[in-house]
Amino acid sequence: MIMKRFLGLLPAFALAALPTAAMAEPIKIGFVTTLTTGAAVIGKDQQNAVELALDHMGRKMGGRDVIIVYGDDEFNPQKGKQKTEKLVKRDNVDIVAGYIWSHVLLASKATVLDAGKILISANAGPSPLAGKSCHKNFFNISWQNDQTPMALGEVLNRKGVKSLYIMAPNYAAGKNMVAGVERTFKGEIVGKDMTKWPTQIDWAAEMTKAKAAKPDAVFTFYPGKHGPAFIKQYQQAGLTGKIPLYTVYTIDSIGLPRMQKAGLKGVLGTFMTQFWAPDMDNAQNHRFVADFKQRHGRYPSFYAAQAYDSMFFIKAAVDEVKGNIADTDGMRAALEKADFPSIRGAFTMGKNHFPVQNFYLREVVTDADGNWTTALREAVLTNHVDPYAKDCKM
Amino acid sequence: MNLVLIAEQTLNGLQFGILLFLLAAGLTLVFGIMDLVNLAHGSFYMMGAFLFATFYTLTGSFFLGIALGIPATLAVGVVTEVLALRPLYARNHLDQVLATFGLILFFNQLVQVIWPLDGMSVPMPAYLDGAVRIGFGIEYPVYRIMIIGSGLAVAAGLYFLVQRTRLGMVIRAGASNRTMVGALGVDIKLLFTLVFGLGAVLAGFAGMLMTPILSATSGMGEQILILAFVVIVIGGIGSIRGAFIAAIITGLIDTLGRSFLDVLLLAVLPANAAEAAGPALSSMLIYILMVAVLFFRPQGLFPPKVR
Repeated sequence: MIMKRFLGLLPAFALAALPTAAMAEPIKIGFVTTLTTGAAVIGKDQQNAVELALDHMGRKMGGRDVIIVYGDDEFNPQKGKQKTEKLVKRDNVDIVAGYIWSHVLLASKATVLDAGKILISANAGPSPLAGKSCHKNFFNISWQNDQTPMALGEVLNRKGVKSLYIMAPNYAAGKNMVAGVERTFKGEIVGKDMTKWPTQIDWAAEMTKAKAAKPDAVFTFYPGKHGPAFIKQYQQAGLTGKIPLYTVYTIDSIGLPRMQKAGLKGVLGTFMTQFWAPDMDNAQNHRFVADFKQRHGRYPSFYAAQAYDSMFFIKAAVDEVKGNIADTDGMRAALEKADFPSIRGAFTMGKNHFPVQNFYLREVVTDADGNWTTALREAVLTNHVDPYAKDCKM
Repeated sequence: MNLVLIAEQTLNGLQFGILLFLLAAGLTLVFGIMDLVNLAHGSFYMMGAFLFATFYTLTGSFFLGIALGIPATLAVGVVTEVLALRPLYARNHLDQVLATFGLILFFNQLVQVIWPLDGMSVPMPAYLDGAVRIGFGIEYPVYRIMIIGSGLAVAAGLYFLVQRTRLGMVIRAGASNRTMVGALGVDIKLLFTLVFGLGAVLAGFAGMLMTPILSATSGMGEQILILAFVVIVIGGIGSIRGAFIAAIITGLIDTLGRSFLDVLLLAVLPANAAEAAGPALSSMLIYILMVAVLFFRPQGLFPPKVR
């Protein structure tokens, strides 16, 4: 009799044991980045940073082990979407992060968001996702594309630049960067070239035009391998030293060692704006940069810094829901608080799930060991909200 | 808009055209004589760039880099032809496209395995750096003048080879009627290997010339390969003269289009429409030209005389 009742209760015990069994399972994080093609260096930098972050946190979040599954978008929106589908549907990851390229993110986001999972961008910040197409399960841990060039426009005003020539690639992020500069720059834009992306890598015609227009400064945005090629050609066209060059996301810690080896002295002393620099003064950043340098022999790029932050961002939320990552509402509330040690220092998460943070002037300098790197100068925009936040109806 | 700007952009267009010619010449020979669609032609451009960068870095000399890179690229071309392409001559074009596409993927991964992941950069040699005044107030980079000069020298060399030597005679005969050439007792296998090797060297040389400007990176051949195909279609398949003229025309149209189209559009369209349409239209111009040629003269502008 008692046996029967006991047996009857067994299913109840089994059910009670299930959540704990699920909690003992590891957390699966999907990370989409570029691991092949010429842009693979950026993806490798992000992968190195993710692995470093996971090692720093003992490979556990909320008491559970963490498994990271990488997806290679091959610098291509269709492939990125395919890999995202694989992560969500076949590997059944709990959360998806990554995405270097705005056009890849825009193509892939529906796959994650329609499945009810949380998506965290560790680089791309296209305007639609900050404004009209904002989504409660989408978070960005880097910046919105327009913000960094908006800060640069401010810098141009402060430096008394009256006429500007713009060169940028003709795709989502390129258009955002140009729009950002045009928002804040008060002078005259004497020329604008939106070049074919990613196929055009020789800017002879555009630089000849820029030379003829005689602007006070040139603004450019060419991420990835295009950056060092642009700087090289700028120097070869005789523009270095003649027309000051202001950039965003063109010169970074991945390209600088190569430029130093090639002797491109023209890059020293150029200005750019960013939300972070390797020499930023806080404990989390010091640990990140020091350990990254020790492991990989050079400074981390901002791509790496953002990937590193994304892991701690997720960890803080998983810790808050005590490991129950399946509780999407709880995760969302925790992510909205963004209460974690970031490499950029303290910041808040905006209503549209993009960071509200400072943007700084950075200059290319030589460090104490003779390596070329970027150093933080003054803050240009403080606690800046991106211009699309007001369009977000969340 | 002034004459100096137009002159400088014309030089830019000429330089781009010469680069296209170096690629198109090999491609048109291979397609015309061997009837082989070789998508991997851009891979020899890339291999040439990497081999040159390696030798330049090792020896510290720009010219030694080229002198060593050329036979190395020839070796790569010949090995590829013997191992991978010989079985394809008898096959149809689709099989050739598939196989050579596979070669592209192979070479793209190969360079990432052998060389650093983000490619190889070489410094510009000091004596080729900077710009020079070439009269009428035009200032033009020395290196790009060197490219134009080298390309014209190669074109002259090719002309001499094709028009004035026995080998050139066999090549022209092969472009006109391959079967007949075989029937007349010429060693077709050797001819094909030679022609293919020549094409690979030309492509590799183009890659070497562009390395100080662009750096050698994986996948650098694809971007320019498409334009090379457009050039040989416009010029006429199998004709080096056609490749030369079509390449110069293509280079000029592309560069001058990129330079002046937005200004021209501003005269008829409002500012933001012109800004959006300019880059889109200028990248279409070459293909519009190709379509026009295909429509009015499908065999190309200067096709070889086929009997």
